Amino acid sequence: MTWDNEFALSILPDLLGGLWVTIQATMSGILIALALGLIVAVIRYLRIPVLSPVFGFYVQFVRGTPLLVQAFAAFYILPDYGIVLSPLITGIIVLGVNYSSYTAEVYRSGIEDVGTGQWEAATALSLPVRPTWTRIVLPQAVRSIVPMLGNYWIQMFKDSAILSLITMNELLNVGQTIGSSEFRYLEPLTIVGILFLAVSYPAAVLIRRLERRLALTS
Amino acid sequence: MSTIIEHAPRLWEGLLVTLQLLVLGSVLTLVIAFTAGLARMSRQFLVRFPAAVFIEVFRGTSMIVQLFWFFFALPMLGIELPGFAVGVLVLALNEGAYAAEVVRGAIKSRPAGQTEACIALGIGPVTRMRRILIPQSIPAMLPAFGNVVVDLLKNTSLVSAVTVLDLTYQGQTIRAITGETTAVFTTLLIVYFVLSVLLSFLVKWSERHFAIDRVGKSNGARLLSLPGISRGGTT
Repeated sequence: MTWDNEFALSILPDLLGGLWVTIQATMSGILIALALGLIVAVIRYLRIPVLSPVFGFYVQFVRGTPLLVQAFAAFYILPDYGIVLSPLITGIIVLGVNYSSYTAEVYRSGIEDVGTGQWEAATALSLPVRPTWTRIVLPQAVRSIVPMLGNYWIQMFKDSAILSLITMNELLNVGQTIGSSEFRYLEPLTIVGILFLAVSYPAAVLIRRLERRLALTS
Repeated sequence: MSTIIEHAPRLWEGLLVTLQLLVLGSVLTLVIAFTAGLARMSRQFLVRFPAAVFIEVFRGTSMIVQLFWFFFALPMLGIELPGFAVGVLVLALNEGAYAAEVVRGAIKSRPAGQTEACIALGIGPVTRMRRILIPQSIPAMLPAFGNVVVDLLKNTSLVSAVTVLDLTYQGQTIRAITGETTAVFTTLLIVYFVLSVLLSFLVKWSERHFAIDRVGKSNGARLLSLPGISRGGTT
């Protein structure tokens, strides 16, 4: 059995539909990760007794366990407690929560990357807290935060394929379904791989370029 | 919780499979990382280009897609591998592609003076790499390798999708038998978490052990006993 062009072309529209679901799920996951990550980062930064260590553990725990097991846990446990969500919504939430732990660390390291001299200079000039953050720290932190976030977004895009295992109807799931119903896996799974690469490779090149442009030249 | 204790042997079997995947996968990852990483730095286009394609393709697609491709699509080209072999191979190819960039990055970031000194002393490219650049780069590689290994551990859970009876697969089986979803998945999450914490400790320890500028018990004598640095000059 070898490659069949006609078959490959006939399944392409379905697969592109799957890619669109993958992209939508990734985008939604990114929004959750950005917001939740910010909350986690701020709470950790403020060093509130009990609460901050709890969120520190949250970051460690989420990063230390597989996304697939988290997805299974959410997919099977939530309905037991009366929370019935579609695979798509469950998947998006799991992806967003998983990557919020990475996003929180990105915010933290971005702010820590701003040299202490900047903070000292702001204090020496008796600049109030608000402009110190909005005019000095954050604009500099963004330079290192943006490329790091970009890399995680690409990883989220790729990791969203794991959610096919909780029956989310994304690209890999579509390819797998075609494969099992037509008894031909070569074309659908190869096209799935190519489509993932077609999005993630240019995105990675773009991020690399952005990283170089934003890098502080001293 | 009693159901978990009742089915503990099943989980234990799964844990052993997961650990096998982790160890075999890590060893093969290391081999692939150095092969592809060094090949990508070659001056020969015919060596450099395939390595670059391999690295970009395996970094650019998800591991679960690669796993499915090797398990379902590859047999259609006449190559049929058992699930466990596919698991180890894909884990290593995927993580090896990431680790190859670690190898390349660490070696490239050695100070130019090292290469210049080798040239001045007439040390050829092969010896330069093997005796000078690679040994010096290992401490710089360790933290990133640590991330790769923890990643590999987490990715072992994916092989449950290609019929490998690992920890995740056994957990799913127990869930199907007992319906104790909360207990089963809480146990799985805790076991994976403990494993990754242990792995990070191991990595931290090796970072301290191999650090070039380590302090404390170690001193100059031990530093000079590092392979590759000890030769010549000390006696």
